[in-house]
Amino acid sequence: MNQQKLIREIFSGNAVIPIFAVLASFIFGGILIAFANEEVQEASGYFFARPMDTITAVLNSVFGAYDALFRGSIFNYQAATPQAMIKPITETLAFATPITLAGLGLAVGFRSGLFNIGGQGQIIFGAMFAGYVGLSFEAPFLIHMPMAVLAGLIGGALWGGLVGLLKATTGANEVVVTIMFNYIALLLLTYLLKTPVFQAPNQVNPISSPVAESSRLPGILGDGFRLHFGLIIMLAMVFVVWWLLYRSSIGFQFRALGFNPNAARTAGVNIPLTYVLVMAVSGALAGLAGASQVLGADKQLTVGISATFGIDAITVALLGRNNPFGVLAAGILFGGLRSGAVLMQANQGVPVDIVLVVQSTIVLFIAAPPLVRALFRLPKPKAVQA
Amino acid sequence: MKQSKKTPIALALLTFLTVLIAPAVAGDEIEIQIATKTDLFPIPNLVFAAQGFVIFLAVLMLVLAVWSFYLTFSKNQKTPLIATVVFGIAFVASVLVWLFAGATMTLTTLLAGSLALAVPLIFGSMSGALSERVGIINIAIEGQLLAGAFTSAVVASITDSVILGIIAAMLAGVLVAALLAVFSIKYLVDQIITGVVVNVLIIGLTSFLFSTLLADNITVLNQPPRFERISIPVLGQIPIIGPVLFNQTLIVYLMYVAVIGVFLALFKTRWGLRVRSVGEYPKASDTVGIKVFRTRYISVMIGGALAGLGGSFFTLGQVGAFGKEMTNGAGYIALAALIFGRWNPIYAALAALLFGFAQNLQYAVQIVGSPLPSEFLLMLPYVLTVIAVAGLVGKVRGPAAAGKPYIKS
Repeated sequence: MNQQKLIREIFSGNAVIPIFAVLASFIFGGILIAFANEEVQEASGYFFARPMDTITAVLNSVFGAYDALFRGSIFNYQAATPQAMIKPITETLAFATPITLAGLGLAVGFRSGLFNIGGQGQIIFGAMFAGYVGLSFEAPFLIHMPMAVLAGLIGGALWGGLVGLLKATTGANEVVVTIMFNYIALLLLTYLLKTPVFQAPNQVNPISSPVAESSRLPGILGDGFRLHFGLIIMLAMVFVVWWLLYRSSIGFQFRALGFNPNAARTAGVNIPLTYVLVMAVSGALAGLAGASQVLGADKQLTVGISATFGIDAITVALLGRNNPFGVLAAGILFGGLRSGAVLMQANQGVPVDIVLVVQSTIVLFIAAPPLVRALFRLPKPKAVQA
Repeated sequence: MKQSKKTPIALALLTFLTVLIAPAVAGDEIEIQIATKTDLFPIPNLVFAAQGFVIFLAVLMLVLAVWSFYLTFSKNQKTPLIATVVFGIAFVASVLVWLFAGATMTLTTLLAGSLALAVPLIFGSMSGALSERVGIINIAIEGQLLAGAFTSAVVASITDSVILGIIAAMLAGVLVAALLAVFSIKYLVDQIITGVVVNVLIIGLTSFLFSTLLADNITVLNQPPRFERISIPVLGQIPIIGPVLFNQTLIVYLMYVAVIGVFLALFKTRWGLRVRSVGEYPKASDTVGIKVFRTRYISVMIGGALAGLGGSFFTLGQVGAFGKEMTNGAGYIALAALIFGRWNPIYAALAALLFGFAQNLQYAVQIVGSPLPSEFLLMLPYVLTVIAVAGLVGKVRGPAAAGKPYIKS
């Protein structure tokens, strides 16, 4: 095989699409950053007199922002201590924990042909259940912590499973139901945070007391870092989901349902039961994300406990092509974007919202390979050419 | 065929709930203020004994529920729609009595506020109707509303003209719709994914520009003029209806036109027939010579224009400035209204009004102090939609081809 042919093979394959999708999104993000930059705006006022000023300003703003993004998410070479240097990557993993957990859940749903948009609500239910166990009593750590985590899993599984049950019994469309369930869960949490069930005593704001010490997920690297045991749970779940989907008979039924429901039914898969199971497993994983947030990251319940992890999880599942290891990689990428954006905002004045733009364009590009090929003038794959 | 037992059972349950309200309001009076200053003739305030009123409503509901049982089980007939509607009104009235017992309820304020909150929902659900009827699931209503809100604020601020503001809002809505359409029609990306992701993109874009450009130049870019109230002569002076419906801003009048227009366009024109046939069975439509792709693009984009217009209500109609994520899920409620209204523009608009009413009740109730937490009122649209899609209130079926890309072979 000559070299040119090899290059052609590489660039026409599907493997390069994610790379170019990420690249295109960063370019798009860069354009926005430059566009909103004050120095660029000033310099462009006299662009025709001194065009180099504008170009320098553009490059400064974009490289400044992406440099901060790198330092905030991977390695901060400007930091004073070695500890502070590696802190960014641990922050990335801390953000990646809930996003990946919920993303795994949604991936199980997508693989089985069920569009679970309800990550947000399932995270909230997981957080409420875990928070309730963590708040209401004290117990030895080895009992209390696993109990609280399990409660989170159950909470998410119930809220997700209910959607599956509705679909199985009445045929209700899961997309609509999960979107509605997200809002119902959030409003329920808001309400409960104003009642003695969750609200801290002598507190006007809708927040709970800190969960009991014995229920918390312990930190991994010590006090200076936010990284906690939830990361280990998350990594374990990547393997569990892989095993479940590709090595267990129940996972085979899940995938059969996703591939062709009619064929699955003919082959003897109990479709209604599988709907319930898929949604319960999917919700359980999102519930774990909620548990990880309330027991490990925030250590108390707030209205914002789910942040936008449930939405991020959708994009993560798509970017990871619903493969557990792909989801992990995508989760770490988006965790890095989240973590880096904090420094980017503090340091370069670029609002964190740019992350949403980059995230969503990545997914759009990935979902439409022909568009990426057209943008970068990549060769078409052989099958299409023929 | 056996009639579904769901309706009588649902009616019986709600009647039971109303009976529970009666003891809670014992001894209270409810005063209803109907008159406003501009009425043609004066109307005195109505005063009821709350308990008596609730008992009256409960008896009415009981009669309807028993009738429904009789029809279903003995006659094997459907419960007529009118009975369900009367029942629904009686139920809402009993809940209102419960909430407002011992206080004054200003009817016109309550209704006008509901209408105002329903405006973006109605525009959004029209976008949904045009899009889903042609076979494209529209989760991106939220993004269309938000883009409309942002663009109208900026353009109206710069030009100092609300008209240019709403034209820009419509263009922004069209752009978002075009994004949805291109990815789902041309690139065959799953429509739900595209919708969700487009929403995230628009939230990100508007928030980013809000924190950078708008924050630096508030006076130039984010101080738009607001819609002025236009009272229609005579009509505006009819009691109740007048101040609620005909003493409104331009965008509300446009909304009336939009709802009727979308209904007529979809159900009374040749174009509408084509739109619906493409949404039901694109292959058959293609065979008889209807241009499937073009019909889809056009219908989705007209929808986008309407949702963008609705988005301008947030900035030019309500708040008077753009704020981050200010649509706050209205797009999803609009989607809910569309489904609750069974993909029919008129029913969807009525559903949106009901949802607006529930949202507004929350504010009204906060003033008088209510037995029901506001979160539960806010939950109402979502719960009702789940009930609707679960088929407890009649069968709900969307356009057959919605969500499926059409691949011309």
